[in-house]
Amino acid sequence: MTPQRRLPWAAVLSALLLAGLGFSLWAGSLRLSWGEIGGILLGNGRTDPTHVAIVLRVRLPRAALAALVGAGLGAAGGAFQGLLRNPLADPYILGVSGGAALGAVAALSLGLTTPLAVPAAAFLGAVAALGFVYVVARAHRGSPHTLILSGVMVGSFCSALLLFLLWTSPSDPVRTAIFWLAGDLSGASPGWLPAAGLWAGVAFLVLWLQAPALDLLTQGEETAADLGLDVGRARLLLLGAAGGLTAAAVALAGLVGFVGLVVPHAVRLVWGPGHRRLLPASALLGAAFLLGADAVARTVLAPAEVPVGVVTALVGAPFFLYLLRQKDGRA
Amino acid sequence: MIRIEELTFRFGDGPPVLRRLSLEVRRGEILGVLGPNGCGKSTLLRLMRGALTPGGGRVLLDGRPVHRYRRRELARWMAVVPQATATPFPYTAWEFVAMGRFAHAPGIGGPRRGDRAAVDKALTLTDTLHLARRPVTRLSGGELQRVVLARALAQETPILLLDEATSHLDIRHRLGIAELLVRLHRDEDRTIVHVTHDFDLAAAISDRLLLLSPGGEPLAVGTPWQVLTPARIREAFSVIVRVEPDPATGRPRVLPVLPARDPALEGSR
Repeated sequence: MTPQRRLPWAAVLSALLLAGLGFSLWAGSLRLSWGEIGGILLGNGRTDPTHVAIVLRVRLPRAALAALVGAGLGAAGGAFQGLLRNPLADPYILGVSGGAALGAVAALSLGLTTPLAVPAAAFLGAVAALGFVYVVARAHRGSPHTLILSGVMVGSFCSALLLFLLWTSPSDPVRTAIFWLAGDLSGASPGWLPAAGLWAGVAFLVLWLQAPALDLLTQGEETAADLGLDVGRARLLLLGAAGGLTAAAVALAGLVGFVGLVVPHAVRLVWGPGHRRLLPASALLGAAFLLGADAVARTVLAPAEVPVGVVTALVGAPFFLYLLRQKDGRA
Repeated sequence: MIRIEELTFRFGDGPPVLRRLSLEVRRGEILGVLGPNGCGKSTLLRLMRGALTPGGGRVLLDGRPVHRYRRRELARWMAVVPQATATPFPYTAWEFVAMGRFAHAPGIGGPRRGDRAAVDKALTLTDTLHLARRPVTRLSGGELQRVVLARALAQETPILLLDEATSHLDIRHRLGIAELLVRLHRDEDRTIVHVTHDFDLAAAISDRLLLLSPGGEPLAVGTPWQVLTPARIREAFSVIVRVEPDPATGRPRVLPVLPARDPALEGSR
């Protein structure tokens, strides 16, 4: 192992996650001292009840939401990059998020609002988009840019349909359109959080158990089969699980882009590409990253709020261009 | 060990790549496969390991059709050494070779002690132990090829299939790998099928050779002296060669008739 690899990833990333959580609980129009936040979290009753309510009922659920969405997108991005052997892959760029958002909005406009209906519809949309992009990827072996271009087109197509659905629906179209298109953590119903969390947890577990298969698939399908992998089955499980994670994240926060691109790259740079480590590490770093991005989104124009997708895109799009410039897009 | 019966294969509606090939690969032998470009050598290896389904005929491994095996089971029977290709993911050489243990330990728990020992042994055999911590993206072509061979060795299979695994190596590493193959055959009784363009090396290390025609028909199977005759080589490759015994090994050496250059012209420079 190189010296870098000896950095204990779980400890370092958990510390980052805690820092992100602290930042997220602290940021907001009402400034609370660190001591007071700590006291509230520990159940110390000597503080103002409105402060308690703000931390426990507003900021903590919001932070949990950001962490869940970030973790899901980070892990899904890592899986897509390995599975498609394409370092530019990301749920948003591949159009998978777009498909999921379309599915979710279609369910909502049909009046389905039960906690599991929306992620389930998002999942169907994600799988449909994935299936399309995957067929294109297989038809153009060795052409990573074709895959990315078709993903972007699938995403645009889904966004257009999504806007059409929103504009023809009776509720305030502009507000909800921004929620879905820009990626926003303020609009989700908190009631969905436990269901989506459970959903994402199962999807992540399936994904993680397939980590050795994912390592093999980075070597190409034929080599993976020669090494003893049932490629069809592994691919199905991995695409399903990564699609499921994307669906959970999108159902909660709309189209938050680039988390799945930036985060796995950062992890790979420090801890290498092995997926047994990369997937949980990307989940932790994705959660920390989105907690931070959300805190920034809530503070730059306080008391107004910027959608968190704006912040992640401002970081992620230049990063994408940087990767594009690197010859062959080294992972 | 591997029995090929009346094997025929074509891609889509194209002409057959292999035609009615029957062959028995014997336990513990080294079989060299020779033939011109596009004659189906690589396709034959793919059919042998069930990566392609035959259009006609069948391939039996230990008496059972190869497509009836599960992938993991097959990967404990045979390991494949393809031509090394660039990989975009910076696994360390050790992690890369450890992928060869998947068929033995596919779980999330990762390599156990026995697996680790197999990886170290494979790295040692291929003279790449010093590269163990280097990312494979930073290896030279020759280093990467030896690491790919190490991954196949880590599978600890009775059969090894090599697809032009030494063509891009310099002479030292080519000889090193040839020597290693002989050693694996002699000491561990491994069965080795290798596809190559190197007549002399194939003749030197193989027990038997298979020569394919441009149309994918078997021209000859037998000992190197039986297969490597000027007539057969002319039939397969449309070139004129001399075949002479190697003074040291007694195996045939193929000497192509090379284009002559005018010595007078050369001197006038």
